[in-house]
Amino acid sequence: MAPGEPVSSFDPRRVRADTPLLRRVINERPITYLDSAASSLPPRAVIEAMSRYYEMRHANVHRGVYQTANEATAIYEGAREAIARFINAPAGANEIVFTKNATEGFNLLAKSWGHKNLKAGDVVLVSEMEHHANIVPWFQLREVNGIEVRFIPVNDDFRLDLTDIESLMEGVKLVSLTAMSNVLGTINPIKDLAALAHRHGALIAVDAAQSVAHSPSDVTDLDVDFFIFSAHKMLGPTGLGVVWTREAILDQMPPFLGGGGMIADVRVDGYTPANGPSRFEAGTPPIAEAAGLGAAVLYLEGLGMANIVEHERNLTSDALSRLASEFDGRVRVIGPSDTHSRGGVISLDVEGVHPHDVAQVLDQFAVCVRPGHHCAKPLMRRFNLAATARASFGPYSLTRDTDVLIEALHHALTMFG
Amino acid sequence: MSSLEDLYREVILDHYRSPRNRGELPSPPARRVEGFNPLCGDEIVVYLEVRDDVLVDIKLTGHGCSISQSSSSLMSAAVKGKPVSQVREIIANFKQLMMGHEATLGSDEAPTTADLRAMGELAALQGVVKFPVRIKCATLAWNTLAQGLDESD
Ligand SMILES: Cc1ncc(COP(=O)(O)O)c(C=O)c1O
Repeated sequence: MAPGEPVSSFDPRRVRADTPLLRRVINERPITYLDSAASSLPPRAVIEAMSRYYEMRHANVHRGVYQTANEATAIYEGAREAIARFINAPAGANEIVFTKNATEGFNLLAKSWGHKNLKAGDVVLVSEMEHHANIVPWFQLREVNGIEVRFIPVNDDFRLDLTDIESLMEGVKLVSLTAMSNVLGTINPIKDLAALAHRHGALIAVDAAQSVAHSPSDVTDLDVDFFIFSAHKMLGPTGLGVVWTREAILDQMPPFLGGGGMIADVRVDGYTPANGPSRFEAGTPPIAEAAGLGAAVLYLEGLGMANIVEHERNLTSDALSRLASEFDGRVRVIGPSDTHSRGGVISLDVEGVHPHDVAQVLDQFAVCVRPGHHCAKPLMRRFNLAATARASFGPYSLTRDTDVLIEALHHALTMFG
Repeated sequence: MSSLEDLYREVILDHYRSPRNRGELPSPPARRVEGFNPLCGDEIVVYLEVRDDVLVDIKLTGHGCSISQSSSSLMSAAVKGKPVSQVREIIANFKQLMMGHEATLGSDEAPTTADLRAMGELAALQGVVKFPVRIKCATLAWNTLAQGLDESD
C-alpha cells in the first residue's frame, strides 16, 4: 500500500483501542483527549517498539561490532529511512537529521545554515502566526549578525495577508513558515509560497510540527528546502525531532553541536566533521525514541494519511458548526470558520470566562484542552487576546469527544455567567 | 477528587464578577507596580499610596483568570487603609495559606482554623491549594503588592 492512499478500513475506534492512554478514567469519566496539537498519544505499537529496544537490543549505535549493537544501529538508521519515505525525501535517509525536537531543528537551521549564509541586512521572512520556535532563533541570529526578521501579516479571516507579498520579498534570503498554525488551524499555501520564494532566489523552510500528522507531507512535491517537525506530534515519543533538507544544502552546512559521533577525525590540532546527517548528531542519540518514531511512521502509513485528513476534516466541520449554533455567539472560534485549508485545531474564546477557567472546568469533565498563548504571542497580540482555550483532534478522536466538549462548555458558561 | 466548587467558591466568583478597587491612581504620588505571569499571560497593575506608614489607597487594573482577578480584588479589600506593617503580615499569612500543601512536609505549620477565621473572605482562596498550577494565579497580585511595598521603603 502506498503511503497516503485512502484505505476503506480506517476506523477511529480501532485507533482508540490501540491507544492505551485513552483507557484512563479521570474524575469518574473516561478521558476526552483534545490536545493532540500539543502532543499526540502514542499507540501501543510505538510504546512496544521502545520497550523492545530496551529489553532486547539496548546498545549504543554506530560503534559496537556485537549483535545487539548492530541491531540498535539498524533500528536507528531504519527510522531515518522510514522518515525519508514518509516525507518523500528525494535523496532518502541521507537528508534526514535527528534533533531533540522541532525547536532544536529551527535552532540548527538558524545557527548552522543561517549563521553561515546570512549577513547583515539579509531578510528572513516569517509570519505573524509562527510558533516562537520559528521566531526566537531568528531574533537571536539578528543579535549576532544583524539580519532583518520580517513578518507576513495575518488577515482578519485568520489567513496570511499576501497582498503585498512581492514587496515583502525584497531582500529575502529565507522564507520560514508554518504549514499549519498551532493556534488557528490555518493551513498555509506552502507549495505556492515555495515557488514564489524560489522565483525571488530565496530558500523556504517549513515548520511542519502541526501538519505532519494531519496532512500528507511530500517535500518533493512541495518543492521546499527545509522541513522541520517533532516525533511527539505524530504519535511518536518525546525527545526526538526531524530536520529534512536537500543533500546539497546539508553538505554545505557547518556542524552545530560538537562532540562524539559528529566527527570524521580529531587530532590534537583540530577536527574534521563527519559528512551527512551525523555531522549534526553529536553524542549518543535518542535510540529508543527513533525506534518509536519508526513504529509511528508505520502506524500512520497503515492508517493512511488521506484517511486521517478526511476523518479530522469531518470532525472539525461538525465541531465548527455546532460551536457556531449552540452558544448564541458566546463561544467564538479564533480561526477560519470553514474547513477549507484548515486543520483540526480549534481555539476558543468563551465570553466572560478566562481560558484558564475554561480549561479548569473542562478538566472536571476529563476533557483535556490547552489554555494559554500557545507559544505564539505575536499572533495573540495581533488578535488582542491574552490566551485561548484550544481543542485539537487526532486520528483517535470521535464525535463523542465534541459532545463532551460542548457539554462542559455549557457548564463553564453557566458557572461564570 | 478535588471538586470545582472547592476552587470556585461563591466569594471568588463574586469578586471576579464585581471586582473591588478596580481602576488607577494618579502616579505619583501613588506607586505603580506591574506583575506578569508569563505562563498564562496574566497581567496586573497595582497602584498603592502609602502615607505615614499606612496604605491609604490601593487600585488595580489588568486581566487574567477568575483566580488571579478575584485574589487581587480580595487582597485590595483586605489591605486598604491598613498600616504597612499589618499589610506585610496579611501578605505573609496569605502566602502561608498558599503553601498549605508544602507546609505539611516542611517545618511550617499548616494554617489553623483560627488563622483562617482571622483571614475572613481571603480564606475562600484556600481551595486553590488543591490545584497546584493555579497557585501562581492566586499569588500574582500579592507578589506585586509586596514588590511595591519594598520599593517604597
Ligand atoms: C507550529 C509549531 N512549531 C513548533 C513547535 C515546537 O515543537 P517542539 O516543542 O516539539 O519543539 C510546535 C509545538 O508546540 C508547534 O505547534
